[in-house]
Amino acid sequence: MSPLEVTPSQTVGPFFSIGLPWTEGPFVVGEDDPGAVIISGVVLDGEGAPIPDAMIETWQPDAHGAFGEHEGFRGFARASTDDTGRFAIRTVKPGSVPDPAGVPQAPHIDVSLLGRGLLNRVVTRIYFADEQSANAADPTLARIPADRRDTLLAAPTDDGYRFDIHLQGDGETVFFDV
Amino acid sequence: MHETTTPEGFRRDAPGVHPSLAYEGYKSTRLRHPKQPLVYLPQTVTELSGPQLGTERLTGELDHDLTRQHEGEPLGERIVVSGRILDGDGKPVRDTLVEIWQANAAGRYLHKHDQHPAPADPNFSGAGRCVTDAEGRYEFITIKPGAYPWGNHHNAWRPQHIHFSLLGQAFAQRLVTQMYFPGDPLFAYDAIFNSVRDPKARQRMVSSFNIEKTVPEWALAYDFDIVLRGPDSTPIEEER
Repeated sequence: MSPLEVTPSQTVGPFFSIGLPWTEGPFVVGEDDPGAVIISGVVLDGEGAPIPDAMIETWQPDAHGAFGEHEGFRGFARASTDDTGRFAIRTVKPGSVPDPAGVPQAPHIDVSLLGRGLLNRVVTRIYFADEQSANAADPTLARIPADRRDTLLAAPTDDGYRFDIHLQGDGETVFFDV
Repeated sequence: MHETTTPEGFRRDAPGVHPSLAYEGYKSTRLRHPKQPLVYLPQTVTELSGPQLGTERLTGELDHDLTRQHEGEPLGERIVVSGRILDGDGKPVRDTLVEIWQANAAGRYLHKHDQHPAPADPNFSGAGRCVTDAEGRYEFITIKPGAYPWGNHHNAWRPQHIHFSLLGQAFAQRLVTQMYFPGDPLFAYDAIFNSVRDPKARQRMVSSFNIEKTVPEWALAYDFDIVLRGPDSTPIEEER
């Protein structure tokens, strides 16, 4: 069978909030989950201004490295940025899963960022700054120039982690070709 | 539940299929496109799996019928929009969530930041959802959205369109696009539509009128199939 050509991407535009976000969307786990953490951050443009009309989606395994929705765990979150460019999701730190060669990957969460001004999603990964030894052995982080790796590291906070996304300019976040 | 096999990878999109993030014709890209090159990410289990939100996101039997979500009927031209979600091998993407949103018949979104001085419609929210069947089919009943002006350049107008969001079966298949209507005179002037530089690729975003699916005395009908990336036939990805 000859392959079909894919449908092109288009921007979500400024008004996606009437169709995509929902109240429970940012919650991968319930608030009573013993491992629950808040991962929050701001999305910034090339001049460092917050972007109020963007949205992130996250996908990850549970704390044991198991994928798929099950009781008390959705694996997926969708959260729009507010008027100050801030998003927040409630989740658990994921377990380690292997890469295609069987090498363990450091705990990570896949992120799609969509928004006005983005003609296609951009993809990044959240890694965790407090997983130094796992990060040091991670095959994906190893592909990234050392001076840009920090852009993928979520920093511990009182209630979880902080992960800012810089679309452009100083400290531009590493984005992936998936 | 059906069995699904996890592919070993998804075909990466050919250059030019999607718009460039840096496309200058759409002004809002200027400060929002990454300037560093994308880093090649081998597809791992994280990218080869994905969410199935179907049941959680469906709230009732009328999620797919945007004309029956309020007391009265919305103004506008009633239409049936249907088609199939396929992968690059032509296989149906089944049980996957399809989400849409759109302007009302006057070209106004139900959004606090929409400043277009066209009337809101109290009987139209403009959002719908459904889950594909075993053949990858979906169907919405809605009204034809209006064209509307926007500030991208002097006298810029968006062609009539419906936003579509697809999760596919894996993170690697995620796609958001827009469905257009055949023969729209605004195509030549629209920066978003023309951000896809390949004219053939642009046509894949244009629905087709289908007299067979119209409902006599009631609604016109448009067909719109969407193709997500297909499985990669080469088992081991090559480094680039």
